[in-house]
Parts: sequence; structure tokens; C-alpha cells
Amino acid sequence: MNALRPRWSRHLALIVFSLLMVYPIIWWLGASLKTAPEMNLPTIWPSTPIWENYSAGWDFSPSPHTFAHFYANTLLMEVGNVIGGVVTAAIVAFGFARLKFKFRGFWFSILLMTLMLPGQVTIVPQYILFNRFEFTDSYVPLILPHFFGGGAFFIFLLVQFIRGIPKDLDEAATIDGASVYGIFLRIIFPLIKPALVTVAIFTFIWSWDDFFSQVLYLSSVDKFTVGLALRMYIDQFEVQWGQMLAMALLSVLPSAVIFFLAQKHFVEGIATTGIKG
Amino acid sequence: MNTKVATTSTRRTLFRISRKSGESNLHGYLFISPWLIGFLLLTLWPIAQSFYLSFTDYSLLASPVWTGMDNYKRMFFDDADFVQSLKVTFTFVLVSVPLKLFFSLMVAQLLSKSMKGMSLYRTMVYFPSLIGGSIAVSILWRNMFGVDGYINKVLAVFGIEGRGWISDPDSALWTLILLNVWQFGSTMVIFLAGLKQIPQELYESASVDGAARWRKFYHITLPMLSPVMFFNLVLGVIGSFQMFTAALIVTRGGPMHATYTYALFLFEKAFKHFQMGYASALAWVLLLMVALITVLNFYVSRFWVFYETDGGGRK
Repeated sequence: MNALRPRWSRHLALIVFSLLMVYPIIWWLGASLKTAPEMNLPTIWPSTPIWENYSAGWDFSPSPHTFAHFYANTLLMEVGNVIGGVVTAAIVAFGFARLKFKFRGFWFSILLMTLMLPGQVTIVPQYILFNRFEFTDSYVPLILPHFFGGGAFFIFLLVQFIRGIPKDLDEAATIDGASVYGIFLRIIFPLIKPALVTVAIFTFIWSWDDFFSQVLYLSSVDKFTVGLALRMYIDQFEVQWGQMLAMALLSVLPSAVIFFLAQKHFVEGIATTGIKG
Repeated sequence: MNTKVATTSTRRTLFRISRKSGESNLHGYLFISPWLIGFLLLTLWPIAQSFYLSFTDYSLLASPVWTGMDNYKRMFFDDADFVQSLKVTFTFVLVSVPLKLFFSLMVAQLLSKSMKGMSLYRTMVYFPSLIGGSIAVSILWRNMFGVDGYINKVLAVFGIEGRGWISDPDSALWTLILLNVWQFGSTMVIFLAGLKQIPQELYESASVDGAARWRKFYHITLPMLSPVMFFNLVLGVIGSFQMFTAALIVTRGGPMHATYTYALFLFEKAFKHFQMGYASALAWVLLLMVALITVLNFYVSRFWVFYETDGGGRK
């Protein structure tokens, strides 16, 4: 009896708290199906769901494109980002975790320092640089940075992961005559696949949400991502809240689906960074 | 005879090692080259260039014109927006970072026990953070906290008169702080990972000694978790200094610049007014501020962060 009581109170606390957390999202779901006058009533669910909010929102009257176009754009960018990030982060992390070279410690500490560098510090010259090569209003400034190791955080995460793999494997392979490239391709790369999934997921979600770069580099509607298309809704003279909330809700769907499919990787991925100190 | 053999073999090994280390230098640099090139091209060079640009007047159309300290003088003596954006950003950091740390730790505590349904709770609690940075959530917030928004309608049910949360300068920043704290998920997950690494024996022996729950929390959990706390603190501060999307979408920096964050200010100077020189100076001041606060954080951490390798305990 006594042992049960704290359990129940814990469950109760958790249920109340979780509901409080997702409450805005439940309201969001309801609101995306409401008519304009209904929008501001304190009810959660509309009396009759207006599914046209979704179809009309998808067609998106103020632009010549439907949302299918914007999703295709965003996915195109994502494919580049994820491939670039996963492949180069694995290569760089292998170098830091397994190879001995001069100034390795120095470069690694520089890498860790860049983790703390605010992005705004480099944004102006980066923009000038991309502008000089006439890459603005293209996906190059959004994709290219991912091909340089995919970001310090991912390199760090993979280095920690590779360090946990026993070195005996490498040594055995060396005796069998494998080169460092062989060790990387045949031993380490297959073994770090779970961590690479984490990198891929985070890259996908963070690039999806990276509104700052998108708003900075993409200017023609033709090339807009989903996030930028959503912003056009706000800039309309009369905001169509129902349609806008419907499309906004759809826009978080890819991240949500990926999150639910690979939920375990999130906690594990972060736990393997071993940030305990 | 023996010595001769020994020396040749030693020499041979030495030769092999030095040849090998030359080779492994090459391999090493080859492997890290993607990052290294990216670092030099997209981080180091931009930082150096923005240092130079910060002493110039540059509109992107004409060449930079050297103006000495003018940008910095203007910032500190002649720009009310600069002062305002500092005020907004520091308020935001000072309020939202501790709040977020506190909430995430409490929730991580709640979620750390293994019991039925835990993964569902975790998912629900984490969900807002998953979609957090996106523009979609900013749109949601803008609607909910508007004058005719949902929050006011609910308050009206309870007989409380709402206000224009976003249009009132006194409360606008608080809606953004709330939005930030609502997305405590990733901070919480890191705490959760930290909690799992605390050896259970510590709690067990404390129980044997008859320690109350809050004492265990204070004397075991907090010190053991302090490195993780420190990590979250450092990254939380740096992240909050860069608050941008919500300030742009939810409040547009208004009303009356009540939510005009430093990142938004910098963005507008650079890409709306095309004052690249001035924006570079702003970027450098941001870099110095963040660096200073981070160094301070590291310094202060010596007094409260507990590492097991220290040998001694913190009483």
C-alpha cells in the first residue's frame, strides 16, 4: 500500500504535467479546423470541422505555387544537408578519434570552442562571401556548410561514440593488412551506424527549423522552403488564421514522424556524448 | 655482435616509426580536412573579416570605407536601439535560462524513474521542444496570445480580464520567455542522461543512513549532476543570446521595441538597412560579451561544479 502511493502521485503529476505541455498543440489541432469567428471561442474543438482549411491552405492563393512545391524545395535541401552532414561528420570524427597527427589536441579544442560561437558573429562576412560568388538566392549557402563536417556538435558526438569502440578491432585489421581507409570503411563506419542515424535525424530537424539562414539566403518565392511560405501568410493583409494554423501544423509533421519512429535514438544519442564531465 | 644487431633493428624500428608518423600525419589531416577547410573558410576568415569591417562603412554595393572607431562610438553613445536591445536580451537571458534549468531538472527527476507509460510521458513532454524552433510554433504563439486570442478567452471564462499580451510592451517579452521555457526538452533530456549515470549505490547507502528525500537530492543528485548543469547553463546562455525567430515572427521586435533582441537588431542592421560595417561591429561586441560571460561561467564553475576525479567531496 505504502509503496504504491508515491507511484500514483507520480503518475498523477506526470499526467497533469504532460497534458499541460501538449495542451497548446491539442488546441492547435482543433483551431486548424475552425472557422474564423469560431477561432476565438474558448472551445477546444470546432462544432463542424472545416477541412477546407487544409485544402485551401495547401493551394495557397497568394502564391502561384501550392505547398507541394515548397515541400519539394525543402526536401531537396534536406537531402543535401543530411548526406553532407552524415558522411563528412563520420570522416572527420574518425580522424580525431583514431588517428594520431600533429596538433590533434589543438584542433580538437578549437572544434569544441566553435560549439560556443554564436552564429551571428560570422553571418555578415559569410553572406558577403556567398554574395560575391553569386550564390545568394540559391540552396548553396544552406547546403554547402553541411559538407564541412556537418557541424562541431555532430563531430563531437561521433568522436565520443568511436572512442567507445574497442581498439582491438582496428589492431586486428591492421595485422590483416588493412589500411586506415579500410579500417574506417569496413570497421568503424558500420559500427557507428546508430550514431549516424542520430546525426541524420538532428540534421534533418535542425535544418528544417533553421529559419534564420532560409530567410537570409532565399528571396524568390520560387525557391521558398515551407517555413518561408508560412511567413507569407503572416504578411497578408487579412490573415487567414485557420488555413495558416493548418499549414503550420502540417509543417511540423515530418519532424514529428521522424521523432516518433526513432525516439530511442534521441536519448541514446545524447547520452553517448558522455557530457557528464 | 649482439649490439650491432640491436642497433640496426632499433634504427629500423625508429625509421619505420618516423615514416609511419609522417604518413599518419598525412592521413590525419586528410580525414579532418572537411572540417578544417570549413573552419578556415566559414569561421576563421569571416571572424577576421568582420573585425576589419567593423571599422568601416560598408553597404555591399560600394567598397568599404574606413571610418575608424565610428561604429563603436555610435553604438555606445548614439544608438538608443543598441541599449534597448541589450536590455531586452539580458532580461531574456537572466529570466529564461534559470527558469528553464529549474523546470528541466524537476521534470527530469519526475521522468527518471522506470515505470509503466514513461516513454509516453517523455514523448509528450519532449514534443513541444521538437517542433520548437520552427516558425510554425511562433505562429501558434502569435495567435494564442493575441488580444482576441485563446488565452484571453479562457481567462474570461474565469472572470479575469485579459490584455493584449503581445501588443502590451510590459508583457510582450514574457510571452517569448514562456515560449522559450515551454521548450525545455533538450535541456531536460541531457539532465535525464546525467541522472542515469549517478550510481544507485549512493542513494542506497544514503537510505540506509536514513536520509530524507530532499537531503538525497541536495547532497547526492545536485553535486553529481553539477557538470551536466554547467553544460546546460553554458549552452543555454549562449543560445538565449541568439534569440531570433520568435522575436521576428511573434512580436516583430515590438511593441515599442520591447522584444527587440540583439540578434534581431543585428539582422535588421545588416540585411534590412545594409549597414554591414555597423552590423559587423555589433557582431564583435556580441562575440566579446558571450566570450566574457562564458569565461566567467567557467571561472565560477570551480566553486560549484563537482567532478568525481577531484577525489574529495563537496560538503
